[in-house]
Amino acid sequence: MRDEKIRYDGKRALLVDDDIDFLEQHKFGLESIGFDVITAESQADAEKLIDTERYDIAVLDLMMENEDSGFVLAYKSKKNNPDTPVIIATSVTNETGMKFDAVTEESRDWVKADIMLDKNLRFEQLERAINTLLPK
Amino acid sequence: MTTLKVLAIDDEPGMRRGVVKTLKRFSVELRELDITVGFEVAEAENGSEALEALEANAFDIVLLDYKLPDINGLEILNKIKEKKYDLLTIMMTAYASLEVAVSATKNGAFDFLAKPFSPDELRAVTRKAASALMLLRHARKLDEEKKQIRFQFLSVLAHELKAPLNAIQGYLDIMDDRIAGDDIEKYDKMIKRSLIRINGMRKLIFDLLDLTRIESGKKKRDIREIDILDAAHSAIESVAPLAKERNITVNLNAEPPVQFQGDIGEFEIVFNNLVSNAVKYNKEGGKVDIDITKTDDDTVEIKVADTGIGMNEEQLSKLFREFVRFKNEKTRGVEGSGLGLSILQRIAKLYNGDVKVESEEDAGTTFTFTAKSAETQADNKEQST
Repeated sequence: MRDEKIRYDGKRALLVDDDIDFLEQHKFGLESIGFDVITAESQADAEKLIDTERYDIAVLDLMMENEDSGFVLAYKSKKNNPDTPVIIATSVTNETGMKFDAVTEESRDWVKADIMLDKNLRFEQLERAINTLLPK
Repeated sequence: MTTLKVLAIDDEPGMRRGVVKTLKRFSVELRELDITVGFEVAEAENGSEALEALEANAFDIVLLDYKLPDINGLEILNKIKEKKYDLLTIMMTAYASLEVAVSATKNGAFDFLAKPFSPDELRAVTRKAASALMLLRHARKLDEEKKQIRFQFLSVLAHELKAPLNAIQGYLDIMDDRIAGDDIEKYDKMIKRSLIRINGMRKLIFDLLDLTRIESGKKKRDIREIDILDAAHSAIESVAPLAKERNITVNLNAEPPVQFQGDIGEFEIVFNNLVSNAVKYNKEGGKVDIDITKTDDDTVEIKVADTGIGMNEEQLSKLFREFVRFKNEKTRGVEGSGLGLSILQRIAKLYNGDVKVESEEDAGTTFTFTAKSAETQADNKEQST
């Protein structure tokens, strides 16, 4: 089964989360399908990476030092690199009961993410999302 | 001043006017609640008018004539009960008989006024009703607040237990799928992280048990003459590996022995919490000073000062809330349940003492725990009763 996976060798992923276990697990997963992964544990550190680093996809946590950290990072990422896909993974629905999505054009207009995923997601879910966003 | 709304229901205009006049400038001081209550009176001249008024406005006290032209007073009383209005009813009747009194009480009347009554009688019965009503509402509010706090505690607790479970499950899923192949060494870091999260959960559960045992009073206390230094030494010993790893010196300043009437287990919890915090939130190469002094014969003061990351005003204001843990660059990787200080506060209370904190960001934090000897507390109690 593993052989049929789409490989992303030579591509870079930006992974941002203040939960080091989430970071560890998904970095591991991304590396297993060929990504070179750069990570940040805070909005502040991620902002620096967005300004200086090149990456092909961003996977962002929503609530870090600020409750909307992920939205801010998504906005900045899209401003710098409009074509680089952004995924926001969040437990915000679980924690606040608020539901955000990036399904309609209207919501995507202010939520600058291409896909919103609910935590806890298994790596396969993230992988599937990446497969739909990145050109084969 | 709180204003209670009174509805006077009587077909005699003179009677209603009398009530309005008497209660208009009347006020009741409720010392237990530290409030003064005034009254505002509305009138209804028959039963149907009364029911309309009750439906349209929230009244607090109803003065109800037993004999009305259209609807029987007892029927109105029934309606009030049925609709669950939050009010007290005082029945007024010229036909005060035991029978009426019994059936009205059965139907939820709070008190009686036998006609004709004097303004003083009216004031006395109104004072009684106002006081009962306000105390009842106050008790209800406290109960509601307690429920809210418990609910909040449980939902945060559930979250705190779910987070490590999710992390461990994530690691196990990766291993289950053999994402890095069959070589177990590739998963070393994941296994280590899983064990750290399991230990964190264990600590949380143990702290929770300590907290509930202390709070419920179910924990059997073993009060006797102890040397506080024994508890201090055992805490220093258990934190030693972590202190060494981070090159932190822990100093104990006290004149041995520090004798005290108390439960050694409780003081072990106190020292374990204070000393491990002082090491965990310290800087590499920092210092922890533990000062233990008897400020008088039966009061002990435990001061634990660190040279760590400290806290700002905002963090200090949230510090004693349950499960509060500050997440930032400096506290990265620091494990804890967020219940330690709540436990310390409960223990301090058992010894008529308290926990105080002083802190400066980037300079350090000092916790001061004071406790009074358990024996002298018992003596005082005996003397005072």
